[in-house]
Amino acid sequence: MTTDKTVAQADLVNVTIDGIQVAVPKNTLVIRAAEQVGVQIPRFCDHPLLAPVGACRQCLVDIPDAGNGRGFPKPQASCTLPVAEGMVVNTQVTSPVADKAQQGIMEFLLINHPLDCPVCDKGGECPLQNQAMSNGRGESRFSGDDNPTPGAPGAKRTFPKPINLSPNVLLDRERCIVCQRCTRFADEIAGDPFIALVERGAEQQIGIAEDAPFLSYFSGNVIQICPVGALTSEQYRFRSRPFDLVSVPGVAEHDACGSAIRVDHRRGKVMRRLAGNDPEVNEEWITDKDRFAFAYAQGDDRLTYPQVRDEDGSLRPASWPEAFAVAARGLAAAKQAGGVGVLTGGRLIAEDAYAYAKFARVALGTNDVDFRARPHSAEEAAFLASNVVLTGPGNGGVTYADLESAAKVVLVGLEPEDEAGALWLRLRKSVRAGGTQVIALAPYTTRGLHKLRGRLVPTAPGEEPAVIRSLLEQAEYGVDSTAVVLVGERLATVPGALSAAAELAQKSGARLAWVPRRAGDRGAVETGCLPNLLPGGRPVGDAAARVDVATAWGVADLPATEGRDGDAIVAALVAGELGGLVVAGVDPADTADPAATRAAIDAAGFVVALDLRETDVTRAADVVLPVAPVTDKAGMFVSWEGRPRPFARALANPASLPDLRSLAGIAEEMGAPLGFRTVEEARAEMEQLGPWDGQRAGLDTPPRSSAATRPATTDGDRVAPARDEQGRIEIRLATWKQSVDNGRMQDGDKYLRATARPPVALVTQATYDAHGPTITLTGDRGSITLPAQVADDLVDGVVWVPANSFGNGVLSDLASPGAPVTISGGES
Amino acid sequence: MTDTLTPVLTDMWDVERSWTRAAYESKGGYAALDKAFAMSPDDVIAAVKDSGLRGRGGAGFPTGMKWSFIPQDNPRPKYLVVNADESEPGTCKDIPLMMANPHVLVEGVIISSYAIRANKAFIYIRGEVLHVIRRVQAAVAEAYAAGHLGKDIHGSGFDLDVVVHAGAGAYICGEETALLEGLEGRRGQPRLRPPFPAVAGLYASPTVINNVESISSVPSIVANGADWFASMGTEKSKGYGIFSLSGHVKKPGQYEAPLGITLRELIDLAGGIREGHDLKFWTPGGSSTPLLTPEHLDVPLDFEAVGAAGSMLGTRALQIFDDTVCVVRAVLRWTEFYKHESCGKCTPCREGTWWLAQVLTRLENGEGSEGDLDVLLDQCDNILGRAFCALGDGATSPISSSIQYFRDEYLAHLTHGGCPFDPARSTAWAGVEVTA
Repeated sequence: MTTDKTVAQADLVNVTIDGIQVAVPKNTLVIRAAEQVGVQIPRFCDHPLLAPVGACRQCLVDIPDAGNGRGFPKPQASCTLPVAEGMVVNTQVTSPVADKAQQGIMEFLLINHPLDCPVCDKGGECPLQNQAMSNGRGESRFSGDDNPTPGAPGAKRTFPKPINLSPNVLLDRERCIVCQRCTRFADEIAGDPFIALVERGAEQQIGIAEDAPFLSYFSGNVIQICPVGALTSEQYRFRSRPFDLVSVPGVAEHDACGSAIRVDHRRGKVMRRLAGNDPEVNEEWITDKDRFAFAYAQGDDRLTYPQVRDEDGSLRPASWPEAFAVAARGLAAAKQAGGVGVLTGGRLIAEDAYAYAKFARVALGTNDVDFRARPHSAEEAAFLASNVVLTGPGNGGVTYADLESAAKVVLVGLEPEDEAGALWLRLRKSVRAGGTQVIALAPYTTRGLHKLRGRLVPTAPGEEPAVIRSLLEQAEYGVDSTAVVLVGERLATVPGALSAAAELAQKSGARLAWVPRRAGDRGAVETGCLPNLLPGGRPVGDAAARVDVATAWGVADLPATEGRDGDAIVAALVAGELGGLVVAGVDPADTADPAATRAAIDAAGFVVALDLRETDVTRAADVVLPVAPVTDKAGMFVSWEGRPRPFARALANPASLPDLRSLAGIAEEMGAPLGFRTVEEARAEMEQLGPWDGQRAGLDTPPRSSAATRPATTDGDRVAPARDEQGRIEIRLATWKQSVDNGRMQDGDKYLRATARPPVALVTQATYDAHGPTITLTGDRGSITLPAQVADDLVDGVVWVPANSFGNGVLSDLASPGAPVTISGGES
Repeated sequence: MTDTLTPVLTDMWDVERSWTRAAYESKGGYAALDKAFAMSPDDVIAAVKDSGLRGRGGAGFPTGMKWSFIPQDNPRPKYLVVNADESEPGTCKDIPLMMANPHVLVEGVIISSYAIRANKAFIYIRGEVLHVIRRVQAAVAEAYAAGHLGKDIHGSGFDLDVVVHAGAGAYICGEETALLEGLEGRRGQPRLRPPFPAVAGLYASPTVINNVESISSVPSIVANGADWFASMGTEKSKGYGIFSLSGHVKKPGQYEAPLGITLRELIDLAGGIREGHDLKFWTPGGSSTPLLTPEHLDVPLDFEAVGAAGSMLGTRALQIFDDTVCVVRAVLRWTEFYKHESCGKCTPCREGTWWLAQVLTRLENGEGSEGDLDVLLDQCDNILGRAFCALGDGATSPISSSIQYFRDEYLAHLTHGGCPFDPARSTAWAGVEVTA
């Protein structure tokens, strides 16, 4: 990662700290300038990503010369004081005044702090504990009775402990030193200022309003930045000691942000996860999902041994070699019986995705491979090939840093607070700094958009292509070469939308990025888990590209025609055109037609399922191969930017094999070896193959009149709204998955799930008035009843529901993608 | 050095219904307004500068200079905020002034707002003094009715609206940036400076914050001229001020006199110390200013001389304690006040005042040891100049100064096993036969 940190000489300021001269950029705070000369000034309230507050006073230093020849008569807080040319700073290292000041503050901090370090979660990794040792007095002069009555001389202030700020976050007020890091984070970073100071003096404490707990998608960060043990995690509380933990850097697997995390484990079990520090990506923040949702890999339903379908029809345990052999035999037969499709889901590391891509082509002889276990389209596949694959930092790709420098960021089909938390935080940072204006094409101003002070371009689902095109014509939106357009994967469900976005980018000069939801999505694009793309962005339809890959793989040739996409694979299985299926981590409920996907699995002649946990899919499979969770293998995700995010293995578990090892075993049995058996070997082969340097596939723009397939358009004069057979008005359904919902990778953490926003249907005021506080939505897949809430600026004729927060989700229980719904309730 | 009183602000306190507009105008009130409007705003600022008026809220910053810091090229609105959150133990000048003569404040607000080009002014009054809030509200209403406030005041083209705001009960809100936070509806805690209020104060706009007495002095300066004002007082502390005598004097009250008068003169004016007793110690400007003793009776009460004597002029709240008073008891009561009023923002004040009160309590009870005095002094050293705002500094003043002058009395508590004084003797009813 190269960042140009060259700072012009003119912007440097020369200061002398503890006798050492150093030049630092203008406006650098003294506390950070001191770090440049290797002096760590103790601090609590200071945090480099939060605005200075100067509350704890721990970082006092002596300034004999402020740069103007005069000194400060009193010690100054180095966390609020910017450097000045010629300034002289004496820290605790050289100044007895500063040293005494710091020791005095530390003594004050400790008088009301309980000495319960032996039972405190923070003990062993506590800035207060550590700095009390490094910059405090050996013994406090605060003395009291052994058994003081509260309020009596010598008594520490006490509080009942602890209290819940939210289901995730507990507050032990006795330990709190009211540095305000948490309240500043909630206000400045997350935009969820639901915690605040209350009371005063020594009774001052962090509090919440009675009816408003600290519900934020980012609340866990306050636990991590708390410099004492005041904020603790309900999930981790009393579970382990820091010095018993082994910490391994990792990458979060819950979204496409590529957030750096730290995995702390003990005796083969992950105990907690923390945010890593990657200034290029997630800075020091992660979502609560990234932090708390890891129990899914440690549940009772984890698959731990291979299984094969026995003669009596039941699944029985099998050895690995037997499972490989049975799978190879079955797949070879299925290949003869029409072919085998491969559905990989979007959660794979890039190396595993590469293995599936190669396995499909080499062992199964097909391009019928698709990672998109969700509604998708041929247009999307073409878009990914033409506009997404191979872009990345330094290669035309939009980066997090680009979001900060962009004048405008246009969000289309993307709700980043729910779907890409780290991206949303970066947008908010940029907006707060006054740098970026966010424009969203969405059906209403979401809470996330509100916190971005964004501008809504009201857009009903299905209208995106027309509205995207209108952005070009309306100069007021200012979409030009200084803009960035971010499109979400949901746009695949709107014919013409991705093409329109590509057209907008091309005509305006704006930069375009595709932001998928899942961590493995982008890596799967890069590694060729698509019917139209081979690894490295090589188009299937390009003979030279096929030769390129075939040569590298040492095979005679590769299937020349573009394969079936996920929906087509499902349809072909149901129709009996395909003989078998290799399926990895796909939940039928996520797919465009859950019932069809289940039917396809049942109809398939032979199914090999590779999965982490027992599911309906594995129960229906002929061979089940357990796969390693991300903790048990090294690997790499590719972020939405196209940035490789490699990580090392955290847990050594010999029984836990990556997908690619199983695929290699099956391929070898089939006589078509993959040529690698480990993640490292696969990655080396991927690097050797490298990216395609030939002609990129073009994007054939489909006909524009796709909106004609929608009921009730708003083109031209408003026509009478469409009605169903019973005469009820058809409403367009807007939906996406919320950050915390019923997703299977959030299984096992009840505290996290308790912070989920309760499922509601958002309706217009008119709908609310007509149907009341509880409404029933009916679509082509069923009916659901939800509390209704008014969204002030919701587009007429639209209702919004969360996609996976009730029942089996919208696609199973309510409506197919793009299908209208009708509203009933409250008529009586 | 003058030895006579100079009633200006207090001049009409004895007038029948002195707080009414009619009474004020009968004494020439609101006449300075037209004189000011005839001047340019910059000339008004220059006049206040030339007068040498220094802030009467305690710190003594030159008022005219403060006004000139307002960046007039800043496109945001300018605000005048009057700090009427008088809460300092011993200080009792603004509240009687606003009770007896609220219109001089209103007139001062108008002229001062005109000078700094503010069209909106706020008077932030301590919430506990509801009677004062009502009186100032009534005065403002009267001024509106008379055309002294509102649009195009006196045909000058100058518009001004005045809001009387009631505080919510926090000593810290007398600190100007905490006051602004409170005025904005937030939690009253001091703000980080810079930016200073002159640049980004109320609602992030240029703001002047002045004490009631400072603003009330402005009409007299405009009416009588800067030279008239500067002719009073001492070289660097010009003009008059209200000296509030409380405690063990025969006639406690407000004495308006030129700066530089001595306590000896003021006690004479107040009829002397309580019969049969002698002065033991006193505060020159409220409890946050270090104690002084009889040896300081002839210190001129101006900013410089009191500073040279090791204290601060502060708000000229002269609390007089005679020889019946236990200094430890007095200091502990003050310290408990600071502990109660510490806002909690910064460590030394929040935790330090909590601890100081505990050590002092032990000492008053005759527990502890002589070493506790050194601990107290070291605690004070660790608070003074280390806290976020001046509240922490003020909390240390009575402790360190009392140990300086009365160390033996602290020790007497230890040898006596408790307080050697009879607290009843210092009360107003001491010596009086009290029956149930």
